[in-house]
Amino acid sequence: MEDKKFETPLIEVKNLKEYFNINVGAFKTKPLKAVDDVSFSIKKGETLGLVGESGCGKTTVGRTLLHLYKPTGGEVFYNGDPVKTKSQIKEFRKKATMVFQDPYSSLNPRMTVSDIIGEPLDIHKMYANKKEREERILELMAEVGLNSEHASRYAHEFSGGQRQRIGIARALALDPDFIVCDEPVSALDVSIQAQVINMFDELQDKKGLTYLFIAHDLLVVRHISDRIAVMYLGKMVELADADEIYNRPLHPYSKSLLSAVPVPDPKIARANQRIALEGDIPSPLNAPSGCPFRTRCRYATEQCACEMPEFKEVEKGHFVACHNIDKAN
Amino acid sequence: MSLLEVKDLRTSFFTPAGEVKAVNGVSFFLERGKVLGIVGESGSGKSVTAYSIMQILASTGKIVGGSIKLDGEELVGAGEKVMKTVRGNKISIIFQDPMTSLNPTYTIGHQLMEAITLHTDRNKKQAWDRAVEMLQLVNVNEPLKRMKQYPYELSGGMRQRVMIAMALACEPDILIADEPTTALDVTIQAQILELMQSLQKELGMAIIMITHDLGVVAQMCDEVIVMYAGSICEQGTADEIFYNPRHEYTKGLMRSIPTQNTAGKKLHPITGTPIDLLNMPEGCPFAPRCDAAMKVCIKHPGPFMKINDDHAARCWMNVKNGMEAGEVEPVLESEKGGEE
Repeated sequence: MEDKKFETPLIEVKNLKEYFNINVGAFKTKPLKAVDDVSFSIKKGETLGLVGESGCGKTTVGRTLLHLYKPTGGEVFYNGDPVKTKSQIKEFRKKATMVFQDPYSSLNPRMTVSDIIGEPLDIHKMYANKKEREERILELMAEVGLNSEHASRYAHEFSGGQRQRIGIARALALDPDFIVCDEPVSALDVSIQAQVINMFDELQDKKGLTYLFIAHDLLVVRHISDRIAVMYLGKMVELADADEIYNRPLHPYSKSLLSAVPVPDPKIARANQRIALEGDIPSPLNAPSGCPFRTRCRYATEQCACEMPEFKEVEKGHFVACHNIDKAN
Repeated sequence: MSLLEVKDLRTSFFTPAGEVKAVNGVSFFLERGKVLGIVGESGSGKSVTAYSIMQILASTGKIVGGSIKLDGEELVGAGEKVMKTVRGNKISIIFQDPMTSLNPTYTIGHQLMEAITLHTDRNKKQAWDRAVEMLQLVNVNEPLKRMKQYPYELSGGMRQRVMIAMALACEPDILIADEPTTALDVTIQAQILELMQSLQKELGMAIIMITHDLGVVAQMCDEVIVMYAGSICEQGTADEIFYNPRHEYTKGLMRSIPTQNTAGKKLHPITGTPIDLLNMPEGCPFAPRCDAAMKVCIKHPGPFMKINDDHAARCWMNVKNGMEAGEVEPVLESEKGGEE
């Protein structure tokens, strides 16, 4: 990759926190730390992959970043400017949009395709007259490979792959710089999935888009990402270049996560030594003290129970939060 | 004699819009102790094939032809009484979503014991012991506590273990697993697949693994069937299918999955969308999406050809050489028909 492309961070997230208050008794609530002290930055034109298992907070990171949830703490910077006040958030949302996982529930069944794609234009009043709106919608539809005659149809008339294209056209409507893609291909069949992944690639090349690509399918994430971040129970445990993290994961959790991926190649799959994890992910309501992974970690020591390891750069561009990196490798 | 022999199985759903031929002439053998994978995209008929074997089709669905023989005994048309002795006893099934396949209003123990008392002549006390034993077998921690818990109190992976325990409680000869790990996280998926592998070796049962994930197939299966639009397009040992695919659809599937080597490169997706089962073309169902489609593909479905002892495929490409020039001419996009 050309270094020049990645010079300025487009998005910077510092110590982002998102706690939800959960009712645990008649009048008692308890904070669920969905995202706890997460920091990262994404450079212009880059794709950052965010992986982790369900409940690890990866979706919440995407949504809190866009201020769809009000952050409990921490800051978000766009092009170096803070995103904090109401007007800043409104401006930010013109430039940062989202593609959702489920193409069935994320499109309003009562709206036609052209109204779905045109809604962001309506909200931000991005056109002078009806004709301009119409043209922009058709242009967007062509961009994602939809036929113009589909404009007056409803979402239920389309297959999953085509619906996802509608969702992407909507995300592109305001000509954004940054798109949060929240599991955009997990609901699709393999052959359709590849079509949509290629489309994300092409759009990025054409428009210089920056992506935060959230997914649990590690093969897909590896394919599309420049850098990858791994989350566990609301914390970021590792962040590095895509190749680096696949060839040389340092955190014990990343190691077992990557070894658990079924490889579509029988000989490799048979020879593959999986690092099996015991047990399930603890509930985020009763997260373990110290390092969240220590209950399933084979290298855990007393220190892990007492203090959360710092998320630090151990090699250039390779961040890990673990007390026992030396032991684990 | 094979444990399970399925011959020319045809299952249709009769909808207001017409007859949907969900399974259209599927044949295969399953030997004792083997793992057979059925791969395909949604709508390919892989689940309906399994449901037809168990005869648990929706009310609009019907087996309209073919034969299913279990240990030499014909199951098609055998009647509900016979099927009740087959289901759970000889063939068990686990479903994709362990939440909806467990009853939320009964305890885990109740549901496990129900399966056991229904199919064996154990009394309540013995059934309880057997249930606890089964939970231990599938590595559920604290089985005695779990017996008294309700499904909502268990995690997804734990629920799938309970489903497996229930399916195996009567020591079936065949376990059908319908996307057993699709709803689970990768590390949990790895646990469940490993569990199924070790139980399969220990108990010597056969498994039919239905999935869309080629990675799961590569890890688990001895033999593989690839389905498209209700029929088998390719069938063979896992190594043959992965390293020597001989049907254009299988090749397309292999090219569409991202692997280590595709990072930074373009994937090669199969163009178009899966076929509408209500409007099946007269030729090969994959021809409208096939890059290598020839004149003959549009007119006639491919012949099911033996490639070698371990491999067969239904593709005209394999018989291309012996045909007349006019037949093998490539077709233009416009001639393919289908959508768009």
